[in-house]
Amino acid sequence: MVAVGSKCRTCKAPAIIDLPRHNAHFCAEHFLELCRRQVVKAIEKFDMLSKDDRVLVAVSGGKDSLAVWDMLIELGYQADGLYLGLGIGDYSDTSAVYARNFAAERGLHLIEVSLRADYGYDVPTASRATKRVPCSACGISKRHLFDSEALKGGYTVLVTGHNLDDEAAVLFGNTLRWDVEYLARQAPVLPARNGFPKKVKPLVRLTEREMAAWCIVRGIDYLVEECPMAVGNKHLAYKAALNEIERQSPGSKAAFYLNFLDNMAPLLTGITAAATDSLQECTSCGAPTTGDMCAFCRLAEKASAHEPVPVELVIGKGRKR
Amino acid sequence: MKVLLRNPKRELVIDGKRSVNALLTQLDLPRESHLVICNGTLVPGDADLTDDDVVEIRPVISGGA
Ligand code: SF4
Ligand SMILES: [Zn+2]
Ligand SMILES: [Zn+2]
Repeated sequence: MVAVGSKCRTCKAPAIIDLPRHNAHFCAEHFLELCRRQVVKAIEKFDMLSKDDRVLVAVSGGKDSLAVWDMLIELGYQADGLYLGLGIGDYSDTSAVYARNFAAERGLHLIEVSLRADYGYDVPTASRATKRVPCSACGISKRHLFDSEALKGGYTVLVTGHNLDDEAAVLFGNTLRWDVEYLARQAPVLPARNGFPKKVKPLVRLTEREMAAWCIVRGIDYLVEECPMAVGNKHLAYKAALNEIERQSPGSKAAFYLNFLDNMAPLLTGITAAATDSLQECTSCGAPTTGDMCAFCRLAEKASAHEPVPVELVIGKGRKR
Repeated sequence: MKVLLRNPKRELVIDGKRSVNALLTQLDLPRESHLVICNGTLVPGDADLTDDDVVEIRPVISGGA
C-alpha cells in the first residue's frame, strides 16, 4: 500500500475509514469515539439503560452482538451474554465458538441454551414441521427464549445487536405493506410489561459497516460467514435497496429510520397499547399470548415431534418469504 | 495484489495499482456493504493498493430478522 490520501477529520492522522453519511474520514481512535458517542446518544435519548441495570446481551457470534457487548462493557455496564444454539449445521457450531471465545478472553459470563438439547428441535426441523420459512421459525424461538432467559436470570434489560440497517430494512418492509401494528411496535426500546423484559437496541444509530469496522479495529474475531438460511430473504433485498439509495444520497438510511422515530412513531402509540391489553397466560409456559398456547410452545410441540431435518433440505426456502 | 473475497471464500490475483474504490467498482461490489482490509489494516476508499498487497474484501451485510 502506498500513501493514503485522506486524513482524519478530528486529528488529521491518516484515515482508516470513510463515512460518506458524515461526509468525513476518521482514524481508528476517532472512529471508535464516534461509535461510542452514537451508542451513548441512543442510550440516553431513549432511556435504554442505567448503570444499575443487570443487562443480558443476546449474542450470536456475529459482528453486531459482539460489538454491542464489547461497547457496553467498555462503557461500564454489567452485561452477561446469552447464546442460543439454533441447530443450523456448521453455521451454528462455528458461531458458538466465536461467542465462547469472546466471553472467555474477556472473563465475561455467557449463558448457553440449545434448541436441540434443551427443547428437542432445531431451526431447520421447526421450519419443515410448521411449514414456516426458516427465519420465521427462528424468530419465534429467539424472541421467546431471549425473553424467558432474561426473566429467569433476573436480568432487568435484554439487549440485542440490531443496527441501523436492520431497523431501516424492517421499517422499509412494514412501510411497503403499511402494516400499522408492526410499525407501531418498531421502537428501539420496548418497556417491561407483564411477562416481557425491557428490550433495547443500542446500535440503532450505527450502520452494519460501522459495526464490522468496530470489530476489526478492536480486534474482535467474529463469524463473517452468513447464516445459510438467509439466502434470498426479503430482509436482504430491502437492505440492498436501501444501500443503493444510500450510495446515491448518503445519509438517507439514517434519515428514513431516525426521522420515523421522531416524527411518525409518536403518532402510532395508541395502537400498541390496545394490542397488549388482550393478552393472557400461555397454558403451557405461562408467557403472555393472545391464544391458549403461545406461538413458541405450539412451534416447539410440533417441531420436537418431527424427525430431525438436515439444514440442506431447507436452504433457499427463505426465497418464498 | 492478492484479493480475498468471502461468502463464498475465494481468492483473486489482480495486477496494477488502483484505489480501494476502483477495486470495489471493478468487482461490482457496493461500498456501503463492504470493508477493505489491506495487510491487516482497515483502509478508506481513496487508499491506493499495489501489487505487493494482500487485500481482504469483507461483506458486512447480515440476513435474518
Ligand atoms: S438468517 Fe434467519 S434462520 Fe439464520 S439466524 Fe437469522 S433469522 Fe435465524
Ligand atoms: Zn483521528
Ligand atoms: Zn408457551
